[in-house]
Amino acid sequence: MGFGRVLGGLALACLLVFSPMSRGKADGRPAVDLARLMDETPAPRLSDYHLFADAHARVPSARVTPYGLATPLFSDYAAKSRYLYLPPGAVARYQGAGLLDLPVGSVLVKTFAYPADFRRPDQDVRLIETRLLIHRQAGWTALTYVWNAEQTEAVLKRAGLREPVSFIDAAGRPRQIDYAVPNVNQCKECHSSNGAITPIGPKARNLAIETPAGGQLQTWAKAGLLTGLPSGPILATPRWDDPAQPVAARARAYLDVNCGHCHSLAGLASNSGLYLTLEEQDIHRLGVGKRPVAAGRGSGDLEVAIDPGRPDKSILAYRMASTEPGVMMPQIGRSVVHDEGLDLIRAYIAQMKPDKP
Amino acid sequence: MFRTSILFALVGAALSGPALAKTLDVAAGPDAQERIQSALIDAKPGDVVRLGAGRFDLADGLSLDVANVTVTGAGADKTILAFDAQKGSAEGLLVTSNGVTVRDLAVQNAHGNGVKAKGVDRITMKNLIVEWTGGPKSSNGAYGVYPVSSTNVLIDHVLVRGASDAGIYVGQSRNVVVEHSRAEFNVAGIEIENCYDAEVRDNLATHNAGGILVFDLPGLPQMGGHSTKVFNNASIDNDTPNFAPKGNIVAGVPTGTGVMVMANRDIHVFANNIDGNATVGVLLVAYVQPFTDPAYNPLPREISIHGNRMGKNGWAPAFPGGAELAKALGGTLPPVVWDGVVTYTHPGGNPETIPAQFHIADGPVANLRLVTQGTPITSANPEVTPNLGSAPLPEPAPVTLPAGQGG
Repeated sequence: MGFGRVLGGLALACLLVFSPMSRGKADGRPAVDLARLMDETPAPRLSDYHLFADAHARVPSARVTPYGLATPLFSDYAAKSRYLYLPPGAVARYQGAGLLDLPVGSVLVKTFAYPADFRRPDQDVRLIETRLLIHRQAGWTALTYVWNAEQTEAVLKRAGLREPVSFIDAAGRPRQIDYAVPNVNQCKECHSSNGAITPIGPKARNLAIETPAGGQLQTWAKAGLLTGLPSGPILATPRWDDPAQPVAARARAYLDVNCGHCHSLAGLASNSGLYLTLEEQDIHRLGVGKRPVAAGRGSGDLEVAIDPGRPDKSILAYRMASTEPGVMMPQIGRSVVHDEGLDLIRAYIAQMKPDKP
Repeated sequence: MFRTSILFALVGAALSGPALAKTLDVAAGPDAQERIQSALIDAKPGDVVRLGAGRFDLADGLSLDVANVTVTGAGADKTILAFDAQKGSAEGLLVTSNGVTVRDLAVQNAHGNGVKAKGVDRITMKNLIVEWTGGPKSSNGAYGVYPVSSTNVLIDHVLVRGASDAGIYVGQSRNVVVEHSRAEFNVAGIEIENCYDAEVRDNLATHNAGGILVFDLPGLPQMGGHSTKVFNNASIDNDTPNFAPKGNIVAGVPTGTGVMVMANRDIHVFANNIDGNATVGVLLVAYVQPFTDPAYNPLPREISIHGNRMGKNGWAPAFPGGAELAKALGGTLPPVVWDGVVTYTHPGGNPETIPAQFHIADGPVANLRLVTQGTPITSANPEVTPNLGSAPLPEPAPVTLPAGQGG
C-alpha cells in the first residue's frame, strides 16, 4: 500500500509533466495503436498496442493518463499503477458520482507489481500482469497480459495462471503468495453488471482525490480529458486508510470497492441479498442481522453477516479472515488475508451499537 | 450463372450454421486446468467441449461464459473433475451464459459448490455425479448442483452425495424441472427455494437429514415462491444427522424429515413414497425468524397433499419438544404436521391473519396451533384431525421447458 501510494505519486508526477501535452498536440510521445485495440482478435503481446513508450510499461504513450483512486481494491498486496487511454478527440464525461462515461475507444490499463521489499517500494519491482479493459463498439472486453521473467514483455494469458511471488512486507516479514492471474471469465465475475462487462474503479467519487496539481478530476477537466464536471465539490469516496475519517465511512468505502461490484443487485452475488455498495442505505441489506442464504460453510457456524458490536460473531469478518475456497470473500482476487482491511471491518462492526447500528 | 451463385451462397449459408459448430476435445493429463479453461474460453456458441475419460486434477474453479455450449464428459463414472487441491473460486464449475448443458461427468470434492449456474436462461445439468467422497461432513461444499436466479432449469439424472447444505438446490429461479435424480447423504436432498413454477418428479432422496424441501426466504431479489409440484418421488430413510453449519437455514431442518414446505404458496405434494423418516413425513411451517422485508409472507398457503404413500414416519422427532409431542400423540407423529401459524406481523405494520387454504388428504394431520409466526415449537398445543381442508386445490400448470432443452 505504501508502494501503491508511491506509484500513485509517480503517476501523478507524470501527469503533471505531460498534462499540458495531452490536449492532442504532438508531444514526441508515441501514439497508441487504436486500431489494434479495437480489433476483436487480441494482440499476443502487450507491446503490440503501443500503450507505453518503454518496454517496462512505465512511460505512458500519448493520451495515456495515469490516475489514482481514493480506495483501491485489495489484490494480495500487489502494488498497482493505473492508466486511462482516451482516443484522439474523445473525452470522458462526468455523469454523477458513479462511473465516468468513457467513450468507445477508451482503455483502462492496470499493472500489478511487487517490489522485492515493501520498505523500498521503488526498487527491484517485479511486474506480474497488466490488465486491460477495452471499450469496443460491442462493449467492454477484459484481457490479461503476464510479464515474462526478464520483465521485457507481457504476453496474453486468457486461461489464468498461478504465479508464486515472494517479497518482504512493510513490516519486514518475508511473505510468499500464490498469486492468481485471473482468467477472462473471472475478470467478468467482478466486472459484471447485469451480465455485461463494466469498469469498476473509475467512479468519479473514487477519482476525486487531491494531487499535487490539485483535484484529480479538475486536472483532467482542465486538460480536456473530462467534460461535465460540476464546479462545486463532488461527493468523494473516503480513503479507507485515512485515520482522520470516521471508521464507518472508511469501512463503507472499503466494502464498496472490495465487495460492492458483486454484492449489488446487478452483480454476480445479487442472489445473496447482501448489498455492500456505498449507495445502499438499508442496514439489513448491508448485513446487520442478515442471515445467510447460500453461504454454506462460509457462514462458519455464525448466524448473521453483521452482529453489531461483535465482530467475532459476524460472518462478514469470518469470511474476510479465511483463505479457504468456498469460505473466503472475496471469492477471487486474493489468496492471503488483507490484515489491515480485516482490522478496519472488525473495528466497524465493533463500534456498532447492538440496539442502534 | 449469377442466380446459380446466389443459390449456392444460400445453400452454403444454410449448411454453414451447424457445420461450423465444432468439438473441442480435452484429454486427461498434465495442465488439465489450463487446457479445460482454455477450451471453455475458446468455445463458440454451438460448440461442444468434450472431456475425455479419466481423472482431471484441478487446482482452481472452472468457468464458462459462452452461450449454447455443451460441456460433456465420457460418462459420470468415467470423466472425473477432482477439486481436492482447489486453491481458489467458490465452485467447481461456474456457468454464466445461456443455453448451456453440462453432462456425463463427475465433480468431486469441490471446496465450495459443485456446479453453479447464475443468472442464465436454459441451463441443463444431466447425467452428473457430484460428490464429496469423504462422507457427510460440515467441511464439504454447500451445494452439489446450484442453478440460481435462472430461467428454464433442467436437472436430470444427477446424483449428489455429501453436500453440507443441499445436494440439488435451485434458488430464485423460474420454470424448473428436477427429475430422475438421486440425492443422498446431504443435509437437504433436494431444495427448491424462492422459485416460481417448479416440478420435482421421479427422484429419490434418501439418507439426507431432510429429503425434499420447498422454502421461501425473505430479503432476496426473487421472493414469494409459488407453484411447485413434488410428485412421484421417493423420500425415504432420511437419517443422516444434520451436519449443516448452524447459521444456515437448512440447519433448522430436523434430521429425519421427508418433505418440508416453509412459506410459499400453491405447493402440491402428491404420489410420493414417504417412508422411514424418523421426525415426520411432511412438515408444513412458517418461516420462524424475524424479518424486515414488508413484501414477504412467511406462511405456507394453498398447500395440497394427497395421494402419497405414507410409510412409517415420525417415531422419533428430532426437534426441541419433539419427543414430548410424539408422546402426547400416542408415541408417533401423524404423517403430516403443520405448525398452525396463520398470523404474522408486517414489518412496520399490523398483524395479518391469513386462514390456511389447505387440501391435506393424507392425514391424520397434527396442527400444532402455534398461531403466530415466531412462536417456538415447544409451545405447541396440538390437535389431530383425520385430514385438513376440503375441496382439492387447482394444480399449477405443467412446467414446459423450451423445445430441445435436455434432448
